[in-house]
Amino acid sequence: MTTTRPAVETTAPTPEPQALRRHPRQRESGADRAFTVAVTVTLLSAILVILYPLYFVVVASVSEPSAILNGDVWLWPSGFTLEGYARILSDPGILRGFANSVLYTVAGTAVSVATILCGAYALSRRDLFGRTFLMLLFVITMFIDGGLIARYLVVQELGILDTMWAVVLPGAVGVWNLIIARTFFESNVPDELRDAAQLDGANDFRFFWRIVLPLSKPLIALMVMIHLVANWNAFFDALIFLDDENKYPLQLVLRNILIQSEVTAAGGAGAVDSYAAAQRLGELMKYGMIVVSTIPLLVALPFMQKHFTKGALLGAVKS
Amino acid sequence: MTAQAEASTTIVARRTPWWRKALRSWQLYVLLTPAVAYVLVFKYWPMFGAQIAFRDYNPVDGFTGSPWVGLEHFTRFVESFQFERLMVNTLTVNALGLLVAFPVPIVLALMVNQLAGDRFKKFTQTVLYALSFISVVVVVGMIFLLFSPRSGIVNNAITAFGGDPVFFMGSPEWFRPLYIGSDIWQNAGFSMIVYLAALTAIDPALHEAARVDGANKWQRMWHIDIPGILPVITILFILAIGNLFNLGFEKVLLMQTDLNLPTSEVIQTYVYKTGLQGAQFSYSAAIGLFNSLINLALLLTFNWVARRANKTSLW
Repeated sequence: MTTTRPAVETTAPTPEPQALRRHPRQRESGADRAFTVAVTVTLLSAILVILYPLYFVVVASVSEPSAILNGDVWLWPSGFTLEGYARILSDPGILRGFANSVLYTVAGTAVSVATILCGAYALSRRDLFGRTFLMLLFVITMFIDGGLIARYLVVQELGILDTMWAVVLPGAVGVWNLIIARTFFESNVPDELRDAAQLDGANDFRFFWRIVLPLSKPLIALMVMIHLVANWNAFFDALIFLDDENKYPLQLVLRNILIQSEVTAAGGAGAVDSYAAAQRLGELMKYGMIVVSTIPLLVALPFMQKHFTKGALLGAVKS
Repeated sequence: MTAQAEASTTIVARRTPWWRKALRSWQLYVLLTPAVAYVLVFKYWPMFGAQIAFRDYNPVDGFTGSPWVGLEHFTRFVESFQFERLMVNTLTVNALGLLVAFPVPIVLALMVNQLAGDRFKKFTQTVLYALSFISVVVVVGMIFLLFSPRSGIVNNAITAFGGDPVFFMGSPEWFRPLYIGSDIWQNAGFSMIVYLAALTAIDPALHEAARVDGANKWQRMWHIDIPGILPVITILFILAIGNLFNLGFEKVLLMQTDLNLPTSEVIQTYVYKTGLQGAQFSYSAAIGLFNSLINLALLLTFNWVARRANKTSLW
């Protein structure tokens, strides 16, 4: 690019303003065009590199395991089979994990979003007595942390070890999300509105419920999204706080199968005849499980996108 | 609800001189109660409990009753043969990760920002950050699958080109590249959003003026875009430094195999193993506290440095 740069000065010494405004792209100099092409090509190849592993997983999940083993699967499935998916959908452990995950995700999201919205609104009110102190109470926890062991012992002390609450409660409120929500309320709920409501006799509860929340739909959507994704993907709290396998969320089941390789002839009734067959199915199931567990999120993505972009902006504006 | 109301009145009661003022917004305190209760129970109680690092914790005597042993656990850790390896591993994987991974989203944002077509821009953006919604478990599971020595596609490619298969997850020297590489693969797109937002906030008049003066795209990017987002870069860098000893511990734990432990054992995974699996609560709490102190020190130092250097800081 640097070698073509001298051409810029010679080819475009006197640009005509009117023409520029109407056709900005025609005006591109040689260097600029080369630059744009280079950027586009780099980004396109980056996208290909990024997407290929995902594509391969999908293709492999419906291919004959022996073909994958031999390295015959690259761009399209070889020996199409849905056996892997059939096993996954009939595996009681996986299905239970799926159900548990749905339960924890819904409960966890409800608890988090409700707590954050209420708390953030109160903190956004300039007339809240002790506001600075209360805010500090939250912010400190961003920088100082009691540590894993103390957290475990506290959960134990509370008597919620090996219950759903151990997964739902300990990580419920992220201070960063609280700050995002507070910032949103501060800049989107005008004081005049509250004065007017007060004149009409609305108390704080009523104002929050009838006016603030309906005004904050984008924020609520963002908070719900963030927590749905986080709760669906969480595994660590379940790993340390849950003992009973029947309570494991999907991610923990996945970990045991994908990473710890506990592919014992899964799925009760139709016992697999041989070790080799179990192995073969195991490989197939692994690819399939990645697809099955990721699909709910990727389907929701187009819907979530604009909220996430907004959220990143909200956080960037003020902290 | 009655418990919440009680809690809020105690807050109110403590501030008697201005009780009228506080009482007027009692409903706000009620709204705030769940959040405050949460930090008190799940943040401050563990902080209070972290004192077991200086005690010999036993469940009967609890946080405050267990015998005091001072710095014994800390000295034991610093003098243990594990210490050096844990420090080196933790620092290397995180510092290397920061150095390699930090610039990637910036470069991506600058490039995506250059794209003229809105549709292509949007598509690129979506694809790049779709990946951050995939769970750590799935990402690590994919690493295990794709890099498997028996059936992984990477080793298939290596053998197809005449090489010998590599046992990636079983080799200490491959742990860091795989950890950092997959981290970039998954998260660069999401980190990019903030930079893109900062880029769109740059005054278009600057670009217009530079164009009139004959600056090409490359020059405008270098002299307008990059200085324009420098404050954001600084802040995110300070935050990343503050997390230097904190990053992606769950992922490290998932990627560990018995064979790659020489490079993959970091302070936090060691805390998890000795504390929760080995039930040495006090000893591992001491190690965890040591880790948090390093983090806090790093954060404060770099924030101070940044404030000196270019007047950008967290507070």
